Amino acid sequence: MGHPAGGRNDARNPLIARDRDWHPAPLAPGYKTSVTRAPQRPLVAMPTTLSEQTGPAFGHGLIGELDNNLILNFTGQPAIGERIIVHGRVTDENGRGVSGTLVEAWQANAGGRYRHKKDGYLAPLDPNFGGCGRTITAEDGSYEFLTIRPGAYPWPNRVNDWRPMHIHLSLFGSGFGQRLITQLYFEGDPLIARCPIVHTIGQDKAIQSLIAPLDMNRAIPMDCLAYRFDVVLRGRRQTVFENRMEGM
Amino acid sequence: MYPKETPSQTAGPYVHIGLTPNFVGIHGIYDQDLGASPIADGAKGEVVTITGTVRDGAGMVMRDALIETWQADAAGIYPSNDPRGVADPNVSGWARIVADFDSGEWTLRTVKPGRVPAPDGRLMAPHISLWIVARGINIGLQTRLHFEDADNDGCPVLARIEQSDRVATLMAKKTGPSDYRFNIILQGIGETVFFDL
Repeated sequence: MGHPAGGRNDARNPLIARDRDWHPAPLAPGYKTSVTRAPQRPLVAMPTTLSEQTGPAFGHGLIGELDNNLILNFTGQPAIGERIIVHGRVTDENGRGVSGTLVEAWQANAGGRYRHKKDGYLAPLDPNFGGCGRTITAEDGSYEFLTIRPGAYPWPNRVNDWRPMHIHLSLFGSGFGQRLITQLYFEGDPLIARCPIVHTIGQDKAIQSLIAPLDMNRAIPMDCLAYRFDVVLRGRRQTVFENRMEGM
Repeated sequence: MYPKETPSQTAGPYVHIGLTPNFVGIHGIYDQDLGASPIADGAKGEVVTITGTVRDGAGMVMRDALIETWQADAAGIYPSNDPRGVADPNVSGWARIVADFDSGEWTLRTVKPGRVPAPDGRLMAPHISLWIVARGINIGLQTRLHFEDADNDGCPVLARIEQSDRVATLMAKKTGPSDYRFNIILQGIGETVFFDL
């Protein structure tokens, strides 16, 4: 016994299998690009091995003072837009906090424009907004970013498709098999229901888990609003055999 | 009830802003992009260069793919949290590779990994784990790169691939004394084996 789940000392324990009916379908024709980018053959199933149960570690020393402050981290001058805190906890499927793990975020500016040479949208760049941030979760798995709320933007899918406001998040966990990229949406956005990327996910409860509620308790009066977004990474099974090996 | 894993979503076409900002000209936020190399000078073992492309089901080379790799050192020990021992200090094991925006070619310079045991104790053939994301990929694709000139017989993972002719899709082809080529095909003829693991 005695491995903290989600910690770095449990690499002997297999990861809990992914529920691929809960995740988006690889082939979701409403999202046109997925049609030629989804495998046709079935995935080959296998239990995880050390190759998936271990993973890269990133120390707190990696993180600069403004890395999680997207309002200031590009030029030091404030970006234009609705000031928000995005915060939450990263836990595993056993409900335990995942500490010391890297969380990376990227997003468009307040007008829906990305700082990327392939984005030709006519909304202007904000000279003081780069659009990326990163942090490492605290002991209890909590994290936070300070940013501006991204705008919706059009994209060439169907004739009049618009992405809801969203922030991309990338997470590691303690094993390479936990690697996850997802998108955070905002409570009340009417574009969520119309988005083919959101609806690559079949189950409504799964979609709901990507929508961050407004969090007035964390808002700072006369400064910024807040949204809460908790993330769940794959957990690890703790087999009797492993427990006996490790300490009994 | 246990909490459900957060559902995946596509990384989208602008994934580089978040994961490799310096690569797309966003300078000044991070000193350098993470994962530039899985090895440092002095790493033990045979240094090899692997190049490849990622193609979609229409045969098009993808210029917006991002690949992360994870591997053991030359002795078969994983860096950072392997319960069996401490890895070569010059091997971080993890890399983040971006396809070239014009050619779609990607390159990985690393050491050949040693063998790692499967949970039942049998040794797996030397391999590098790959995780591929891009616009149009709704959940990251997991596969393994093996070396065609290594001893791949008896690998318990390769043995799980029922259609044995598909094993060849996981073999990096030797193209020079220390060079290999590994082309990934997402869909169709020659489709790469992807794992649910």
